[in-house]
Amino acid sequence: MKKTWIIIQREYLTRVRKKSFIIMTILGPLLMAGLWIIPIYISTLGQGKKVVQVLDESGLFIDKFVSTENIRFVPVLLKLEEAKQAFLVSNDDALLYIPRTELSLPVTALLFARSQPGIDLKAVIRDIMRRQAEALKLRAKGMDPEVMNSVKTRIILNSIKLADDGTEEKTSVEVSMALGLVGGFFIYFLIFLFGSQVMRGVIEEKANRIIEVIITSVKPFQLMAGKIIGVGLVGLTQFLIWVVFTGVLILGFQATQSDSIKNAPKHTPITTQKVMPPQQMQLVAEAEVEADKTLLEEAMEGIRQVNFPLVLSAFGFFFLGGYLLYAALFAAIGSAVESEADTQQFMLPVTVPLILSFILATYVINNPNSSLAIWFSIIPLTSPVVMMVRIPFGVPWWHLALSMFLLVVGFVFTTWLAARIYRTGILMYGKKVTWAELIRWFKYKV
Amino acid sequence: MSLISVKEVSKQYNGHKALDKVSLTVPEGTVFGLLGPNGAGKTTLIRIINRITAPDEGIVFFDGQPLSATHISQIGYLPEERGLYKKMKAGEQALYLARLKGLSHDEALRRLKSWFTRLQIQDWWNRKVEELSKGMQQKLQFVVTVVHKPRLLILDEPFSGFDPINTDLIKKEILRVKAEGTTVVLSTHDMGSVEELCDNIALINRARVILQGNVHEIKAGYSKNLFDVHTRNELSIQLLSSLDAQSFELLSSSTRNGHHIYTFEIGYGQSPNHLLQAILPYAEILEFYEKLPSMHDIFVSAVKQQPINYPA
Repeated sequence: MKKTWIIIQREYLTRVRKKSFIIMTILGPLLMAGLWIIPIYISTLGQGKKVVQVLDESGLFIDKFVSTENIRFVPVLLKLEEAKQAFLVSNDDALLYIPRTELSLPVTALLFARSQPGIDLKAVIRDIMRRQAEALKLRAKGMDPEVMNSVKTRIILNSIKLADDGTEEKTSVEVSMALGLVGGFFIYFLIFLFGSQVMRGVIEEKANRIIEVIITSVKPFQLMAGKIIGVGLVGLTQFLIWVVFTGVLILGFQATQSDSIKNAPKHTPITTQKVMPPQQMQLVAEAEVEADKTLLEEAMEGIRQVNFPLVLSAFGFFFLGGYLLYAALFAAIGSAVESEADTQQFMLPVTVPLILSFILATYVINNPNSSLAIWFSIIPLTSPVVMMVRIPFGVPWWHLALSMFLLVVGFVFTTWLAARIYRTGILMYGKKVTWAELIRWFKYKV
Repeated sequence: MSLISVKEVSKQYNGHKALDKVSLTVPEGTVFGLLGPNGAGKTTLIRIINRITAPDEGIVFFDGQPLSATHISQIGYLPEERGLYKKMKAGEQALYLARLKGLSHDEALRRLKSWFTRLQIQDWWNRKVEELSKGMQQKLQFVVTVVHKPRLLILDEPFSGFDPINTDLIKKEILRVKAEGTTVVLSTHDMGSVEELCDNIALINRARVILQGNVHEIKAGYSKNLFDVHTRNELSIQLLSSLDAQSFELLSSSTRNGHHIYTFEIGYGQSPNHLLQAILPYAEILEFYEKLPSMHDIFVSAVKQQPINYPA
C-alpha cells in the first residue's frame, strides 16, 4: 500500500508539474467562462445611442421613425447624392434611403453606413417599415390595423415537472438539453483524454524498459493501480480547478456587468384584450411577465433552477467511475503493445462502447426517459456518458443508484481483468500480440 | 552457506521449455557467474529468482527459506534491458526507485548523495536523465540497484556499453560490495570478467545446467598437464631432445616480444618442477605456468560439445 502511494505521488506530481497541464488548467476556465460571457457581452455592446439619418422619398414612413432610447432618427430632406455627401461629413451612424414606392410591390430601402450596420439596427428598421406597410395596406382594404394587432398571439409554453409528491418545479428543456449534452461530452472527452494518458504511461514504461527495474520492487498490480489512481487524481484536480475558476470568473463578470444584463433588449410586449375570467387573467399576467423577460434572462433562470450540487457531484462520480472502468482497459492495451502505433487493433473494441454512448447522447437528449436511454444509462460501459445526459432532466433515484452500483462493479471487474493481462504483457517483448495471445495471458498462473 | 538454492526448477512458455529441472546453489558472499548462450534460459531463471514469474515445478530457497515476497527487498536487480524515465531528474528518479525498494525518504537521500559523490555524478542530480551520457545513465542505474544494500545483487550484462574506465569502476564496485558481504549473481558473455570476478559459475545451455562449480576447480578439471615456458634465449636442439627423452614432449614453440615460448606436455611420472630443473641450467626463464583453457574455451567446448582445442 505504501509503495502504491509512492507511485501515485510520482504519477500525480510529474503530470501536474508539466507545462501542458498548467496551460490546460488556465485555458479551460477561460474558454468555458468565455462561452458564457461573450454572448452576454456582445448583447450589451453597441448600446450607445445610434444616430440614423432618414431620407424618405415616399413620405409614407418618416412619421413612424420615432427616436427611442437607443436610436435617434433624423429626417433628411436632400437629394440622395447630396445626402450621401452630407452623411459622410457627419458623425452619424447610418443613412436610410427609402425611394418612391408602390405599396403593392416589395418595399426596397437602402441603408448606407460606414461599416456593417448591426443586425439589431436593421431589425428595428425593418420592423418599423413592415408594420407601417402592413398598416397602410390594411387601411387600403378598409380594415382597422388595431383589429390585426389584437389578433396577434404569442404562445408561452412553460414546462413544469410534477413530482410524485405533487411538488411542482419549473424546468427549462433547453437548459437541460444543453447541460446534459455538455456534461455527457465532457465525460466522454475526459475519459478518452486521461484513459489514453494511462495507456501512454504504460507504453512508456515498457518501451524504455524501466518496467524491468520497477517490477522487482512492486507488484504489477500496485504499479497499474498507482498509475490509474495518480492520473485520475490529476483529472479530478483539473476538474475541480476548472469548476472553481469558471465559477469565480462568471460570478465576477455578473457582479460587474449586472446592470447591462438587465438592460439587454427586450421583446416588445403584446397588449392583450382583458376580457377573461379572473383565474385566466392571472395566468395571462404571469405570461406577460414571462414575455417581458429577455431570452438571456430566461436562460439564466433556467440555469438557476438546475440542481447544480447534484449535477456536479454526479459528474464527479460518473467521471471517476467511467475513468476507472476504461483506464484499466487502456492500461491492459498499453501493456500488450510496444509502441502507440500498435494499439489500433485493441483500441477499437474498447472505444466502441464509449463512442456508441456519445452517439446515443443525441437520441437520449430528445427522449431522456425512453427505455433505450434508461438501459444504456444503467449498463456500466455506456452509463457514464448516457446517465450524465439524463441527469439534468431528472432521474428516478433508483436508476441513479443502480447505475452507480453497477459502475463500481464494472470497474472492479475491468481492473481485475486488466491486471491479469497487464502483469504478463508488461514483460513481453518482440512478439506481435494477438487476441488469442491476450486470452492465454489471462489464463496464466503467476 | 548458500544464499540461493534452486531445486529442480522447470518453466515452460507455450510448449517451449525455458528451464528443465535446473538446480544450482549460490554460496553466500561470493560472485556467481550465470553463463550460457543467448536464449539458454538465464533471464527466465533470473526472473524466477526475482519472483517476477513463478516456476511451473521446483522451488527456490533464499537463505534456507522458500523464496517469498519478503525477500524481494533484499534483492537488487540490474536487468539487461534497462531504462529510466527520460524526463525525470536523475536524483528524483533515484530517490523514487530507492523508496520503492522500501527505504525511507531521508535514508534514501543520504545514501544516494554518498553514492553520487563516489561515482562522480553528484553534479547531475538535478539534470533530466535524457541529458545524461550513456555512461552516466548506467552509473545511475547501478546506484539504484545497490542503494538499498541488497543481500543478493543480480547483474545481467552489467558492462555492456561501458567504456573500459567505467567498466573498471563498476568491477571495483562489485568487488567492494562483495567485500561487504553481498552475494552477486553475474550474468554475462564477457568471459574475461568472469575469470576476473567470479568464484563459481553455472553454465546453462538449452534449459539445462551443463557445467557448474568453482572456477578454479573447473579449469583444473580441464588440465591436460600442459605447461608454457618463456625463456630469454632459444633452447638448443640437444636440450629439447633430451627433454623429450625424459617424457617432456614439446607440442609447440613460438617467439613473441622477445620471449621464446615453449609448450610441453608433462608425461606420466613427471612433474613441472623436474621440467623447470631440466631447463634452468641452460636458459633464463621469464615465465612458467600451467596452460589451462580459458573460460571462453570451456564455454565454447561445453556448449558445442567439442573437445577443447589445445594448444591454442
